[in-house]
Amino acid sequence: MSASDGVAARAVDVWKSYGSGDAAVTALAGVSVDLEKSRFTAIMGPSGSGKSTLMHCLAGLDDVTSGEVWVGGTKVTGLKDRGLTELRRDKVGFIFQQFNLLPTLTAEENITLPLAIGGKKVDKAWFDVVVDTVGLRDRLTHRPTQLSGGQQQRVACARALVSRPDVVFADEPTGNLDSQSGAEVLGFLQRSAREFGQTIVMVTHDPNAASYADRVIFLKDGHIVRELLSPSAEEVLDTMKHLDSVVAVPHV
Amino acid sequence: MFKATIKSLLSRKLRLVLSALAVVLGVMFVSGSFVLTDTLQRSFTDLFSSAFANVDVSVAPKAEKGKEPEPLTPQAIADVKSVPGVASAVGDVQGSARPIGKNGKVITTSGSPRFGFNWTGTGQEKIREGKAPAAENEVVLGGYLATTGGFKVGDDISLLTLEPKKTFKVTGIYEYAGGRDSLGGELSVAFTEPVAQQLLLGKKDVFSGITVTAAQGTSDDALRDAVAAKMGSGYDVKTGAVLAKEQADQINEGLKFFNYVLLGFAGIALFVGIFIILNTFSIIVAQRTRELALLRSMGASRGQVIGSVVLEALVIGLIASIVGLGAGIGIGALLAKIFSSVGGTNLQLAGIGVPMSAIISSFAVGMIVTVIAAVMPALRASRIAPVAAMREAATPDRPLTKITITGALVAAAGGTSLAFGFNQASLPLIFGGILVAFVGVALLTPILSKPMVSLIGRLLSWSMPGLLGRRNSARNPRRTAITAAALMVGISLITGVSVVLTSATKSIEKLATGQLQTDLIISGEGQMEGQAATFKRDVLTKIEKTDGVKSAVGWSQDGVLQGENQLFAVGVTDMPAMATMFALKPKSGDIKPLKDGQLALPEEMAAEKGWTVGSTVTLQLAKAAAPQNYTVAFIWAKSQVLQGALVLPESASAQFRSDQIAQAFVQVSSGVSAADVQKRVEPLFADNPEITVQDRSAFVKQTTSQFDTVLLMIQILLALAILIAVLGVINTLALSVIERTRELGLLRAVGMRRSQVMRMITVESVVISVFGAVLGLAVGLALGIATVQALKDQGISEIGLPWMTMAQYLVVAAFVGVIAAILPAIRAARLNVLDAIAYE
Repeated sequence: MSASDGVAARAVDVWKSYGSGDAAVTALAGVSVDLEKSRFTAIMGPSGSGKSTLMHCLAGLDDVTSGEVWVGGTKVTGLKDRGLTELRRDKVGFIFQQFNLLPTLTAEENITLPLAIGGKKVDKAWFDVVVDTVGLRDRLTHRPTQLSGGQQQRVACARALVSRPDVVFADEPTGNLDSQSGAEVLGFLQRSAREFGQTIVMVTHDPNAASYADRVIFLKDGHIVRELLSPSAEEVLDTMKHLDSVVAVPHV
Repeated sequence: MFKATIKSLLSRKLRLVLSALAVVLGVMFVSGSFVLTDTLQRSFTDLFSSAFANVDVSVAPKAEKGKEPEPLTPQAIADVKSVPGVASAVGDVQGSARPIGKNGKVITTSGSPRFGFNWTGTGQEKIREGKAPAAENEVVLGGYLATTGGFKVGDDISLLTLEPKKTFKVTGIYEYAGGRDSLGGELSVAFTEPVAQQLLLGKKDVFSGITVTAAQGTSDDALRDAVAAKMGSGYDVKTGAVLAKEQADQINEGLKFFNYVLLGFAGIALFVGIFIILNTFSIIVAQRTRELALLRSMGASRGQVIGSVVLEALVIGLIASIVGLGAGIGIGALLAKIFSSVGGTNLQLAGIGVPMSAIISSFAVGMIVTVIAAVMPALRASRIAPVAAMREAATPDRPLTKITITGALVAAAGGTSLAFGFNQASLPLIFGGILVAFVGVALLTPILSKPMVSLIGRLLSWSMPGLLGRRNSARNPRRTAITAAALMVGISLITGVSVVLTSATKSIEKLATGQLQTDLIISGEGQMEGQAATFKRDVLTKIEKTDGVKSAVGWSQDGVLQGENQLFAVGVTDMPAMATMFALKPKSGDIKPLKDGQLALPEEMAAEKGWTVGSTVTLQLAKAAAPQNYTVAFIWAKSQVLQGALVLPESASAQFRSDQIAQAFVQVSSGVSAADVQKRVEPLFADNPEITVQDRSAFVKQTTSQFDTVLLMIQILLALAILIAVLGVINTLALSVIERTRELGLLRAVGMRRSQVMRMITVESVVISVFGAVLGLAVGLALGIATVQALKDQGISEIGLPWMTMAQYLVVAAFVGVIAAILPAIRAARLNVLDAIAYE
């Protein structure tokens, strides 16, 4: 990264379109953004705004049509499958909306999966800290089917954190949870950023979830249109409503 | 509903292909065997009608039962010639003649005859190059003999006939209509008539048959009747057409057996196929749980859901049967082509035909098997409650209690039927028992799979991908078990056969070292075919006089008639010496030299016939004018080395078809090495390359080497069953990969490399394959040992376990696992991560 100090991931004039010719759909239209280290950033926007695409491009799960993506000093754009795989394994952590865990592995095995795949040793002390923070100490030997939805998401959080990645990407991590479990997970993500200095990028459409973040970026039709710092849920909701009213207005 | 089923089928092309493949292979084998045998049958019929094209009527001496037919005299030919309507009557001379190749060894065929005849110039053989034989030392060769042996006009060729090796000059080479080298891969040679008579029939001025052609305007049938009336009852008079049909029928009878063997293996292949199809449909139905439940929640009845799955099976069965039939016709044609060109048969193939039996069996087998395999999962599918559609959770593991109890009962039933089958020597019971036992064991495999898969998996799971592969294979015990069971069938059959053959080999070895007290064994080729090469009696006398020989015994052999029964008899030169060499113990009576009119026999034969010492037995010998009475002189106790033979005095040999020695045994004096004596004896057979002198261990090796050929053939035929089982592994893995798309996406997202994904799938595949192999080895051992126990009375007294072969099968299975994993693994590794995570 050109000037990596303080930046965990960066997008530079990223364009992403699907299909070609008349059928082409532009999901990202020249997005540039720096995601600072040790911060909890939320990306918001209505359906089809390109928020998930932006996250996928930043995380090396999808390639960009033009522009550049950097993660923690590594230029992601142009990496081949092997490079991307290693990036995801070593520098990035993931929390998906659902289906985060392998049913054949125990909670503990799921948490240490990326390390095991990479043939790395588990930092026992750090593992203990993470496990105690998410409160799964007594669930480590359980299989996913024996865990509640909230517990499963907390296992996923622990897995994302245990390898100390440059960035943790969370895609609607509370989308499938009841509000109580959702609050636990969000609180945990917030603590990870504040106490452990973990960079977290979360895609969500839930204003309440976004209110846990230090910074909220709003996307619409493939552009970044607004940004809020440490907003309340009401502020986020207002901004979203404003975005909704913009829908009818022609492209600015 | 119909539309929904068809749409669902078309939308999953891969699924369609995978489930149809097993059916295609099975149907292909069934229809292929029908097409092959049909084509060969018609080709042989064509062949023989052309072979007898220039024979209108043939006359041969009629053989009385058990007696050698008297050869024809020139008077008979003159008689035939005098019949009105006869255009020509030519005397034929035919008999065994074995050519010796340029390497000094006798040239052999794969079953086709080797014979010589008299060159008359009127037969259908036409000289291709050179000229007909005119002098005593001249012969002409068939084109096939010339090419096989590398003989050219002007070369010398040595031949074995009734007389020892004789050398002739090749004056010409002949061919058949269309420039063919042979009619059916036979090796033939033609002499001048007097030489042929002497060497082939052993007498001057005799013939083995007469070929008659009809004068213009006389029909074959009328001519036959006229000739038959003239010759009387002592002759067989047949038209060429009848003769051609008889010969073709004889060959076709053999082909029918061949067809049964092929169909048997096709049956095994289909049996294995059922496992695969069953498994495929189970997995497909499991994957379609939501789809089917959605149909039910929209008001489809259980019947409609079952109907939809069965309909899918029917469509797959139909398509697979059509494709399989097509492939079968191709394979059948290809095999017929190979068959017709191998061994120089130069068989002209009648056009490839598709008999009705091939079509009917293809569709019957393909459709029925597929529907049967689909009904069970369909029944289960219909029981899925509509709410299951809304639930994300995969179908939970059903308890294995019921299936295990059923399996144990079925296996026990199979075992019982097997035991009864062995006891009653009933093949249907034995095969039925094996089949049922396989089903039972297959039903037991799920309960076995848990401990065994984890044990096998432990050896392979040193890394994370390995661990995941192992856990995946333990995930669905039924699926893993059925996939492995398909592999089990082929491997257990091979292992079973292998155990029986190894035991037989071991038994023979033990017998030879324990009971056979002879140092050298002298025998001719063709002992098994019943037309063993023989040598003259005076050679045996020379052997007895050879330095270092303590004693030598020989026998001539022939079939004799006792009433309607054909018995095997030997005429032994020295009964007491033979008793010593074979360690025979008297059961009743004393072992003494046999006098004229006496015989001896083994205990079990005496018991079967109800004869005791002093009983009178009436036997018809081949050359004897009338049946003669023999008295039982003694009975020897059951022996493994000499059984199933009557022993007659040496004098009886004169009335055998050949009085020459077929086998001889030598005991060397103490302190003399057998190898030295062997070197001194061998030169006595210099002019008789069909006779071999072997020491005991070489003899045992030769006897047991035929088992290797049998094993190899069975391995090749069962390879198809194993191939189908491999398809099953591929099928299961491919469907599992589809089922676990999201898991694979997740693994890739958290950083699993493509190579690691492939390793994970490979481990799962190897675990399943090795599990199947271990099961197969265990079941095969049980089957083999049971068979050996049942055959104890037949002389297989030892149990030999083919450890090396079994280890090889295990290695092959692991290798098969790696191969089977390739395609599913590539598919899994190529998954797009984002698509996979979003996969529904």
